[in-house]
Amino acid sequence: MSRPIRVTMTVNGRRRHVTVPAMKRLRDVLREDLKLSGSKEGCGEGECGACSVLIDGKSVNSCLVPAAQASGARIVTIEGLARGRRLSALQRAFIELGGAQCGICTPGMLITATELLQRAKGRVPGDQEVREALAGNLCRCTGYQKIVDAVRAAARTRVSAKRAKARPRAAAARTRVSAKRSARPKTRRP
Amino acid sequence: MRAALSAIEVLRPRGLSHALELIASEPQPVPLAGGTDLFVALNAGAEPRTRFLDLSPLAALRGIRSSREGVTIGSLTTFREIREHAGLRHLPALVAAAAEVGGWQIQNRATLGGNIANASPAGDALPVLLAHEARVKIASVRGEREIAIDRLFTGYRQLAIERDELIVSIHVPWPTRGAVALFRKVGTRRAQSISKVVFCGVLHVAGRGMERVRLAYGSMAPVPVRARAAENALEGSALPAPQGAGSPGSPDVSESSAAAARRALSKDLAPIDDIRSDRDYRMDIAGRLIEQLLRVAAFSPRR
Repeated sequence: MSRPIRVTMTVNGRRRHVTVPAMKRLRDVLREDLKLSGSKEGCGEGECGACSVLIDGKSVNSCLVPAAQASGARIVTIEGLARGRRLSALQRAFIELGGAQCGICTPGMLITATELLQRAKGRVPGDQEVREALAGNLCRCTGYQKIVDAVRAAARTRVSAKRAKARPRAAAARTRVSAKRSARPKTRRP
Repeated sequence: MRAALSAIEVLRPRGLSHALELIASEPQPVPLAGGTDLFVALNAGAEPRTRFLDLSPLAALRGIRSSREGVTIGSLTTFREIREHAGLRHLPALVAAAAEVGGWQIQNRATLGGNIANASPAGDALPVLLAHEARVKIASVRGEREIAIDRLFTGYRQLAIERDELIVSIHVPWPTRGAVALFRKVGTRRAQSISKVVFCGVLHVAGRGMERVRLAYGSMAPVPVRARAAENALEGSALPAPQGAGSPGSPDVSESSAAAARRALSKDLAPIDDIRSDRDYRMDIAGRLIEQLLRVAAFSPRR
């Protein structure tokens, strides 16, 4: 007989403490002890990806992770992707483009896609790249194309949002240049 | 989860020497690395053992270190780390295998040491390690030793590792200059499937000849195996040459040695019929993979 262990981890930005058996699955800790029921269990053997969560930025199957190994980790679940009531670009794209149907695979899809977009660092990943990244997330509804489209659309919004942020400075620079030009004496005027 | 959690004990070592003491203690604990195989069994209630040794605190088992001779990969190195490590670009077959082990979720957790310890005949990285003649460093309270990877797999899911020993690291020597390596996993779908056939071949080239040939297969015998008879059939024969504008599909491969190597495979391999594939299909594919390796070699730039 073994005593439960105390595990401290950061879940969706909050420090959480639980006292659980060391081999309790992270999936069960999240759902039962922390009442975060967004991550689903599909197969329980690391094939379907429905239970995916991020550990230190990397997508993992939470049905294959013991609580003992989540100690000290930074965990993000589907509940942690939105900022308050504002959904992430990926979540909005899934809704707009029909990337979610029955919804069982969706939390895992969004988690792994989040890792993909973080790795892509502002680049829009290609169709094959998205499919390779999501190979560990099975969907029985959509036929995948709408999911791939949604991920790429979200990547594009992130890229254009970044450009928009950079624009005021670029625009200001252009203004300075044109000011200089107009200040230049116009000697060639006939 | 069908395992009785309250009956399970998990030992957390403070360091490698503490871990070696713990694994020598009775009842001997099962090493736990990324858990991607072990938890499948636990979830299914198919794992009767109840004492585990969590290796994750052991920094001594992590890291990738290059030297003039080759690269030493800590047993806890994940496939994700192998995929991304710039120093492994001279081992493209290993990187390719790491990129096809399960999906991202598995690659982010599963370890090279775990792939060896699990000793599945279908373990994706194992033919790569065999074809590159890797050596495995093993430690126990009695000391350290090294074992060539081709002496490690002794029977179905059986290893020449004592129960009080831990896999510390895997040393892979650099291939010779101009060597050609190919990794191929043949399965039902491209990602996340268990192989029907998994293959790695390395051709060490001298002048225009195949000086040393290493061919290794998974899912073709009770253990991952080197195909030594087929290797002998190729060794010493001339490298296939690309013929002018010939397409990759029809090079002038030295047909006789390739055919001899294919015939020799029946001495090396003993595949079975199972839910994933059947014996004839597996043998056919195994032979074609040798031909593919020769084609890749024919069209590789000579250095």
